Amino acid sequence: MSTVFIAFQTNEDTRPIVESIMEDNPGAVLDEQPAMVKINAEGKLVIKRESIEARIGRSFDLQELQINLITISGNLDEDDDTFTLAWNN
Amino acid sequence: MDMKATKKKLGLKEKYAHMTRGLGWETTYQPMDAVFPYAKFEGIKIHDWERWEDPFRLTMDAYWKYQAEKERKLYAVLDAFAQNNGHLSITDARYLNAIKLFLCGISPLEYVAHRGFAAAGRNFPGVGPRIACLMQSLDEIRHAQTQIHALSNYNKYYDGFHDFKHMLERVWYLSVPKSFFDDAYSAGPFEWMIAIGFSFEYVLTNLLFVPFMSGAAYNGDMATVTFGFSAQSDEARHMTLGLECIKFMLEQDPDNLPIVQKWIDKWAWRGIRVLTLVGMMMDYMLPKRVMSWKEAWEIYFEQNGGALFNDLARYGIKMPDCVKQCTVDKEHISHQAWATFYQYGGAAAFHTWSPTDEEMDWLSAKYPNTFDKYYRPRFTYWREQAEKGNRFYSNTLPMLCQVCQIPMVFTEPDDPTQICYRESEFKGEKFHTCSDGCKHIFDDEPEKYVQSWLPVHQIYQGNCFTPSANPADPAFDPMLEVLKFYNFNLGHDNMDYEGSRDQQNFNTWRGLATKNV
Repeated sequence: MSTVFIAFQTNEDTRPIVESIMEDNPGAVLDEQPAMVKINAEGKLVIKRESIEARIGRSFDLQELQINLITISGNLDEDDDTFTLAWNN
Repeated sequence: MDMKATKKKLGLKEKYAHMTRGLGWETTYQPMDAVFPYAKFEGIKIHDWERWEDPFRLTMDAYWKYQAEKERKLYAVLDAFAQNNGHLSITDARYLNAIKLFLCGISPLEYVAHRGFAAAGRNFPGVGPRIACLMQSLDEIRHAQTQIHALSNYNKYYDGFHDFKHMLERVWYLSVPKSFFDDAYSAGPFEWMIAIGFSFEYVLTNLLFVPFMSGAAYNGDMATVTFGFSAQSDEARHMTLGLECIKFMLEQDPDNLPIVQKWIDKWAWRGIRVLTLVGMMMDYMLPKRVMSWKEAWEIYFEQNGGALFNDLARYGIKMPDCVKQCTVDKEHISHQAWATFYQYGGAAAFHTWSPTDEEMDWLSAKYPNTFDKYYRPRFTYWREQAEKGNRFYSNTLPMLCQVCQIPMVFTEPDDPTQICYRESEFKGEKFHTCSDGCKHIFDDEPEKYVQSWLPVHQIYQGNCFTPSANPADPAFDPMLEVLKFYNFNLGHDNMDYEGSRDQQNFNTWRGLATKNV
């Protein structure tokens, strides 16, 4: 299994996003660095629109992730409900 | 009367289909091959452009909306930085020398990337990549502009920020990053995508932007970290474009594999050579360090690049051969680069200095196999000489590699005490390269690389002097005349940090910021 990751700027917009990811992906590892937070996971990482909406109390478009995104690793698949990173091996 | 919207909004996939694919057409006044003359000459075979997938499925309306939001955030921070003397919050003005190198060596390349993606978008017949290249082209000019805006604030107070464009086109060490992009830009659209979209963006930018920008934050540089992360928020899209492009080429025709593999091998090595400068910035130029170059290399290249190449193995792609040498080099290159700039500190538009004892202890802990054995004695000797008033500056000109244009300073893979030289012959003339990787690239396309504009050769040919220079004058000092041609403020931009105007000003201003005078 290879590691996929996603990193965001550390700020109040990303805190609920990071919390949602950590809850939805058991086994994901949080790596906090100066001004950025990186989440590593083995093989696959899924971000769910609903989980973020439940935390922030408003509707959320997954494309909003791009505002605070720093980097990703893995093949991306995005639709209206999920943003998935995975390696095919 | 208010109208009730009855139709459901389009989903992401439908909207993407309508607003990208739906915008293309087959030309009728001219054949498609005449409209897209560069689509076939590199030998890449594409049968169905409709198979191109952009996983972000970004459309122009959404692009404007999110990019505008990023700009608002960025410029609010830049205003706050300028209004509150943000430049005095950095750890130490030594740090700014890394930023000078960034402004002169990296920011103008963002502009070249803008041009290159505009050209790639023009030259691809498929609508999917055209739209993605258009967005990336706009991103890249945004990066050039925001970096120049952010760093212009430092130009009000510190030396070496005043003429990056002029310097990029002339100065010996800036030809390293410049030639990388020129090499890519003068290739065809598919090679450009491998060079920049894949090797640079996917495999290597993590090393440039992620640990280095985190380092900028750690050193209190709010301006740089803000433009860095604002740019980086676009990079995730760029990396995805690079990866999709490579998968698309490999899926379209088995004949594409050897061409793609050759480009990956070439551009991985070209990119890694350029990143030597970043390794040096991380290990020597940040007063507070987030991680060593070697650690960053292991996380972002060995681990992350390893995962990527495992993923591409199903297409028959192999890890580039140069990785074996990189595994040796990761423990050496940052030290060799800093040692070179220390010696040529008279001919650079930023300051250099001797690492302190504490910094050398950090380096020996991070590089237990190499630092104490090969590099500490050298830096210690130079420092002793400097303390006796003999700060060493080399006044000769280094020989440059014909491909990467870095001075020949790297050592043999199996002997770190021996400088590595490789030689090729083309049409009866000898050409020199710094490594097996660069020699391999030269030998594959000698017609291209014999045309390299090598700054040192150009100096010897007399092409790097101002019109007022007079070689017949007995007092003619060629080095001094070259630095005038570079538009350096001599004695302020160059030489050691110790005793520099930047050092004095920073210390004075920071003192004033905490006292009433």
